[in-house]
Amino acid sequence: MSQPRSLFEKLWSSHVIETLGEGVDLVRIDRHLLHDLSGPASLASLRQQNLRVHAPQLTFATPDHGVSTLPGRRDDSSEAGKRLLAPFRSHCHELGIRLFDIDDPDQGIVHVVGPELGITLPGLSIVCGDSHTCTHGAFGALAFGIGNTEVTQVLATQALILERPRSMRVRLRGRLDGAVSAKDLVLFLIGAHGADGGSGHAVEFAGEAVEALSMEGRMTLCNLAVEFGAKLGVVAPDAKAFAWLEGRRFAPSGRGWTEAVEAWRKLPSDPDADFDRELELDAARLSPQITWGTSPEQVIAIGERIPSPDDAPDERAARARAAALAYMGLAPGAPIAGTPVQHVFIGSCTNGRLGDLESAARVVAGRKVAPGVRAWIVPGSKRVKREAEARGLDRIFRDAGFEFREPGCSLCLAMNGEQVPPGERCVSTSNRNFVGRQGPRARTHLASPATAAASALAGCIASATGLAA
Amino acid sequence: MEPFETLHAKAVPLLVDDVDTDVITPIGRVLQGGSALVEFAFEPLRYDAAGRLHGECPLDDPRYAGAQILIAGANFACGSSRETAVWAVRGLGFRCVIAPSFGDIFHSNCFKNGVLPVRLAAGDVAALAAFAEGGAGLVTVDLEAQQVRAGERRYGFDVPPLRKEALRSGLDDLGLILRRRDEISRFEQADRVARPWAHLEGD
Repeated sequence: MSQPRSLFEKLWSSHVIETLGEGVDLVRIDRHLLHDLSGPASLASLRQQNLRVHAPQLTFATPDHGVSTLPGRRDDSSEAGKRLLAPFRSHCHELGIRLFDIDDPDQGIVHVVGPELGITLPGLSIVCGDSHTCTHGAFGALAFGIGNTEVTQVLATQALILERPRSMRVRLRGRLDGAVSAKDLVLFLIGAHGADGGSGHAVEFAGEAVEALSMEGRMTLCNLAVEFGAKLGVVAPDAKAFAWLEGRRFAPSGRGWTEAVEAWRKLPSDPDADFDRELELDAARLSPQITWGTSPEQVIAIGERIPSPDDAPDERAARARAAALAYMGLAPGAPIAGTPVQHVFIGSCTNGRLGDLESAARVVAGRKVAPGVRAWIVPGSKRVKREAEARGLDRIFRDAGFEFREPGCSLCLAMNGEQVPPGERCVSTSNRNFVGRQGPRARTHLASPATAAASALAGCIASATGLAA
Repeated sequence: MEPFETLHAKAVPLLVDDVDTDVITPIGRVLQGGSALVEFAFEPLRYDAAGRLHGECPLDDPRYAGAQILIAGANFACGSSRETAVWAVRGLGFRCVIAPSFGDIFHSNCFKNGVLPVRLAAGDVAALAAFAEGGAGLVTVDLEAQQVRAGERRYGFDVPPLRKEALRSGLDDLGLILRRRDEISRFEQADRVARPWAHLEGD
């Protein structure tokens, strides 16, 4: 009888080329995603060192961070695009790397495009010079973000020297209430256990609440694993994951598909597998969440009041709260609901998928954006955009007063000139409410697509459940 | 990469939790690149709304001039994978960052850039910060002995042996991996049979 192993242990050990020392392995990389922010410099570095791309067929590039999301956009529609896109394109062409360029029907945010094209598959190791690469863990892949130096290493060798993280299982018991989404669930987890709660760990999300999530919900959950401090997040691949992937462009087909699925069925954690840490959370009692501060752990339910520095556990936490309140322009003790907002952003690798747009559209249908609110829908990919249009969602959003834009990272990191002005407030479905993230001195509240949509209609922070039917 | 020797240097306490890599190198400065990465490192903590250096951040305190050790709060450099954050920390003169916990990607980026990240218990980090306060007490970071020394106090820390050797000799990972080309191709050959779908051949 062999030792029971966790999903993570199976994923890790099947990629170890060689153990190099205590806790350090040379690890095989199966898929490498490149984008326009970390891509160009790493590609240039490869060429300066006279190295070739080890496996161009396993490397996929698409511009997302710096591209404009304005309809009719071109390279020069943003400063970042003007500077980054030409070198990105020419490096990819000359090195033989497949590029889904801004006009390609498969362009989009790397973490949306990877799964859509079946580049992401269970059991693969996937890296990208982007911290939200953990998104792909939703399919039972070993996926994590890397730095520029490592991007160059992967291009040259398809391997990385890595410290093996410890393992953690987060069990999410119970079923989510219909008004509560994967975003609410993971924000609540980060609030309860801290933005470094998963530090140094590979986290497996398990339990009834996770099994019940759609693949898109699982992607949202794993996407925020990095905001929980984890190296990566994984969900055991199941029939739902296989059905979602079958027939996708780079997924195996025919007999190859059957063989792959047979192998993937062996990936889930064995019943008696050990974890270095285990957490448990009751998902059934959750209500929609929203961040009030400048870290994703500074989060409350929409019906709650803004916390006070006076109730902080220690002096340092009190100072952090006071600083966050000052930056956010909020008063402790006040209800968060009703806080006026000027911007609403629905998009990003966290919540820019079709299911997210559908969830927002259900709230928006037949209603109007409040006067003075700039509300944006930024689809995560061209495919999401096409499918949303085929379902008439673009019409629902446009009729309500939303802008329906081209795919890209947009207001999530505000690198392409699309920003929230200083001092203004945005309810955002993205992943980071950091100081300056959506523009210098911009104020960001992280929430689900339904909450963001409801806030756009109300002109202030509002829950979708509070809207009159 | 510059080899890492034992440090005996001033340490700057910056005990703020969750300082993220967007704060260390804001995206606008990442795009500017070059000297802007260092000049505007930790911009929201060091500059006022009018864009002027206000001088109240410990990083700008003349008493810590020449410091090579940064004592930081929990979850230091969480967030984006941007390696510019380490370049900025290194550009400010730091060879070692001591914190209760780190953003995972930053932690790994440190080793690629000759910066030693040291994890210590929160209480020990606070005690070190108190010792270093004002810049009078020099702190020793002894990589060989895996020990931080401050006055009479000693704090042991963990570092994987391979990372330790690479830091001490200034070796980078790429050189190490390229020497293992044979092992990589043996792995690939066997894996093509076991997991053909992972290789996308003949696509």
